[in-house]
This record gives sequence, structure tokens and C-alpha cells, in this order.
Amino acid sequence: MKARNSPRVSIQTADFDLSAEVVALRAKDPRVGAVCSFIGTVRDRTPGEHGSIASMELEHYPGMTEKSIEAMIDAALQRFNIFGARVIHRVGMLAPLDQIVLVVVTSAHRAESFQACEFLMDYLKTQAPFWKKEQTPAGARWVDARVSDDAALAKWGIALENTSLNAHD
Amino acid sequence: MKVTMKYFASIREAIGLASEQRQTEVTTLGALRDELIALGGAYADSLARGKAVRLALNQVMCQESAVLVEGAEVAFFPPVTGG
Repeated sequence: MKARNSPRVSIQTADFDLSAEVVALRAKDPRVGAVCSFIGTVRDRTPGEHGSIASMELEHYPGMTEKSIEAMIDAALQRFNIFGARVIHRVGMLAPLDQIVLVVVTSAHRAESFQACEFLMDYLKTQAPFWKKEQTPAGARWVDARVSDDAALAKWGIALENTSLNAHD
Repeated sequence: MKVTMKYFASIREAIGLASEQRQTEVTTLGALRDELIALGGAYADSLARGKAVRLALNQVMCQESAVLVEGAEVAFFPPVTGG
């Protein structure tokens, strides 16, 4: 793979700019025919509830978080015919409407970019060490992990359960 | 051997520490978890069997059967909720 100046993974408190990241990842490479991106943003509510989340604090495991996402990108590069991927995840105090996470993938054709982007998000949701704490009028609460996120990763043939009682590799 | 434990999120808050060191004779992560549970109090509550606790050894997710090494960094944390 062609060496790039920008890192593949950034964990940061600062916001990010999708357009700038797309330009950097494309790197004027004429082989690129598809760019797929995903942005996760802060909601003001848990689905089915009224808006009540005033802010959200993101904690992570410095060092392990970066390494785990680097490994996920390596897995995506092996699995899909893609040229490159970029992941940015914010930490610290965020508010509704804020951007939390960005995934950008480049490939020759769209299918690979779509798939790799979804794969990376499914992987990140259940295997990257981040924790969300919501501030609500009733007080602060740690967000519960969702079994449906484990199912999303399982559809790629990866049986790693985040919510299981038994730890795993 | 000497190991460093790290705690995150709800487990960090319950125990009241982000990190601590410990001299231990046990050899696996699971046995270390049991040793901490035996301390009682917040350790017993937050690491209790029946709670989903994830483990990492030297910053890689691991099973409880993973073997401790001198100077290991062992992390205990709840299921992750990023993205």
C-alpha cells in the first residue's frame, strides 16, 4: 500500500471535517473510483424516549483503543479490495448534534467501500474500548452495550461477543 | 509477580481508581479477577461473576485463561459502547 502522511487512526477531542479527510484519503490517487463515509452523531434521546440527553462523555483506553482500530483496518484491508481507510473517534464531553465518529474508505468500485465501511463500524462498536456516559435530568448513566451490535459483527463471520458474560479473545 | 491493573468506565468509578499495582501469585487473568473479588466491597460488586466484565492483557482483549506475565498490564472494563 502507498505510504500516507496522515495517520489511519485518530482519537481526539477536536471535531473533524469530512471533506478534508476525503481529500487526504483519496490522495489524488486515480485508481480510486469510490469513497464511502460514515459519520456517527450524538442523539438527544434513546430510541423510543423523549429527548433528554444533555451531554455525553466518551472515555477510552489510550493506547489500546488506537491499536485495536489499527488492527480492524488491517482486517478490512485483508478482507476487502480497498485502497485505504481512515477512522477518527472523538472523546471527552460532547453534546447532541456533535459528530462522534468518522469512517472513510476508498476503493475502485462501490461495493467494497460500502462493505468495508460497515464492517469497520460493526467491528468498532463492539471491540474498540470506548465507553459512553450520558448526562440526563435524572442524573448520569453509563450506556448499555447492545446485543444487536454483536449480531451485526456476527454477520461478518466474527463471533466476538461484547455483551457476553464470558470473556473471549 | 507484579502486575498493573487498569479500570475503566463504571468499574473505574466503583473502585475509585483508574490504575493500581499488585503483587500476586496467581497465573491467569481469571484467577486475578477472583483475587480482586475476594477483596470485597466495590471490587466484589463491580467484578462479580454474573456481570459482563471484559479483560485485556497488555492492551489486547483476552479470555480469562490468558496467562499473566511479569509486569503485565491487565485491564478490567464493562462491554464497550463507542461508535
